[in-house]
Amino acid sequence: MTSSPAVPIAGIVRQRRRTRRRQWQGVLYVAPAMALVTVFFVVPVLFTVWMSFHNWPLLGQPSWIGLGNYVRMASDSRFMSALSFTAYYTVVTTIAIFALAFPLALFVERQRRGVGAYRTIFFLPVVVGLATSSLLWVWLANVDSGLFSPILRMFGVTGRAANLLASFDSAFAVIIVMVVWKIVGFTMIILLTGLQSIPSDLTEAARIDGASRWQRFRFLTLPLMRRTLALALILSVTGSVLAFDQFYIMTSGGPQNRMISVVYYIFNQSFVSFQLGYGSALSIALLAILVALSVIQLRLLRVGDER
Amino acid sequence: MSAAIKTRRTRRRLLGGLGYHGFGIIAAFFFLAPFIWAGLASLRPSSEAQNPPLPPWPAHGISFDAYKTLDSFGSGIWQHTLNSLLVSLGTVVLTVMVSLLAGYGFSRYRFPFKNVMFVLIIATLMIPFQSILTPLFIILSRLGLNNSLLGLMLVYVTLQLPFSVFMMRNAFDAVPREIEEAARIDGARDLKLLFRVLLPVVMPGVATVAIFAFLNAWNEFLAALILLSENDKYTLPVLMTAVRAGRLGAINWGAVQAGVMVMTIPCLIVFLLLQRYYMRGLMAGAVK
Repeated sequence: MTSSPAVPIAGIVRQRRRTRRRQWQGVLYVAPAMALVTVFFVVPVLFTVWMSFHNWPLLGQPSWIGLGNYVRMASDSRFMSALSFTAYYTVVTTIAIFALAFPLALFVERQRRGVGAYRTIFFLPVVVGLATSSLLWVWLANVDSGLFSPILRMFGVTGRAANLLASFDSAFAVIIVMVVWKIVGFTMIILLTGLQSIPSDLTEAARIDGASRWQRFRFLTLPLMRRTLALALILSVTGSVLAFDQFYIMTSGGPQNRMISVVYYIFNQSFVSFQLGYGSALSIALLAILVALSVIQLRLLRVGDER
Repeated sequence: MSAAIKTRRTRRRLLGGLGYHGFGIIAAFFFLAPFIWAGLASLRPSSEAQNPPLPPWPAHGISFDAYKTLDSFGSGIWQHTLNSLLVSLGTVVLTVMVSLLAGYGFSRYRFPFKNVMFVLIIATLMIPFQSILTPLFIILSRLGLNNSLLGLMLVYVTLQLPFSVFMMRNAFDAVPREIEEAARIDGARDLKLLFRVLLPVVMPGVATVAIFAFLNAWNEFLAALILLSENDKYTLPVLMTAVRAGRLGAINWGAVQAGVMVMTIPCLIVFLLLQRYYMRGLMAGAVK
């Protein structure tokens, strides 16, 4: 009778000690991941902010200049043209990718023999690197040794050998075609998951009610795919805003330096001119743009939920 | 009457099938053609390497001249392929280890600030790594890891973590607790429990994490371009860009074709062999 209350208390104490030990084990398990994220992500992000307030040469002492880099950015016409070029590129690629990805997704959604093979083939360029496909296409577009120039001449589009990468419009077109070839399979698969999540009895009911194929697409498929569309859109937009490889490899910044994207400009400022402080301020601007885009993404997705 | 309807129906189905596969085959040709063209052109002798690839196949017998020319750039193609393989496989091993432990910790333990830590790892997805390359360059050189494949590997592992930790935590969440309890009664604890009992169960998740880590590390270009400064450390994309820009001698398009094939084939093999796990990862990321 007297000893009986002591047993549960001792038990609780022992159990509590054990859970505390278990707690610390949990921290140990996640410690390597946290260490990597801290050293190679959190610290660099904070360091970027710190550097952006300095004049920071590669060699020699950095000096504090307050908002100097940001003031300079506001009146930097080359940065503005990088921004507008990136925006132009983003809009054009996104439209081009969606215009092709949607028909392809509808095509591979059908249950037919061989559809698996089509899905795989359309997806293949996605798993190859952007740098790799840039190298492949810069050869295809080369004036002397490439494929496009003789083909265009063969079909009589151009009279002489055409150097596609020499003028802005044709070089831009080559890059867009390359990016669409490389990315469209990815967007297609995302859209396919959206299409497949639409219950088939809904489309069946609409068909019985006499809705035409276009009506079913416009008033049933599209509204039900809002979430997927928003996701595919945002992935495409953020990817395009961060474009670098294709411009660096295919046109080295393009005819008359007109193909300098934002990331390319940061690269030039930080690692060609070695103005690391100014490069950091530009990075903060890029980061702000992307966070703003992410917020819009969340908004879009939430709106999709309410409907 | 009914026979006429039947034949009309079969004819329509036949025509529909023809239209479907006609479109499919033409589209498939456009997606495959660049690979086929580069692959065939890379087998032409060096006398033809600078000519337009019409027809793409070698007219005077198969030759490996392009690959031999490629080998004369930088420190030789084997060295650079080895660099790429070291970085990619190292990234795979480290990513799997770190995310396996973290996924287990986040799924099975309770500790202070657990949710904060998890959100912090996932939140790094919101910030593009392109915007932190400048300080990364400085931090790595302070750590003595500039121009080192290990430094590049650690950066790649960090970039893989949000997706991988998320995948692995979900994989562990899906494992019924009974399995663990039974193993505990049998005397398996902690790491032994994790590696002997749980690892085989979450293997599909590990495969997904590994394939994404491999492809992303193998294909990454910008970070490698910035963080590697000496020729002999170059990974394949950086080497090939230098070859294409003519920084390592006159541009040889045969070598570019050969390099493209060396970079492409491993990706295609890995993808075709492990397609199911790749698509699972894509869906998990898409549905999120």
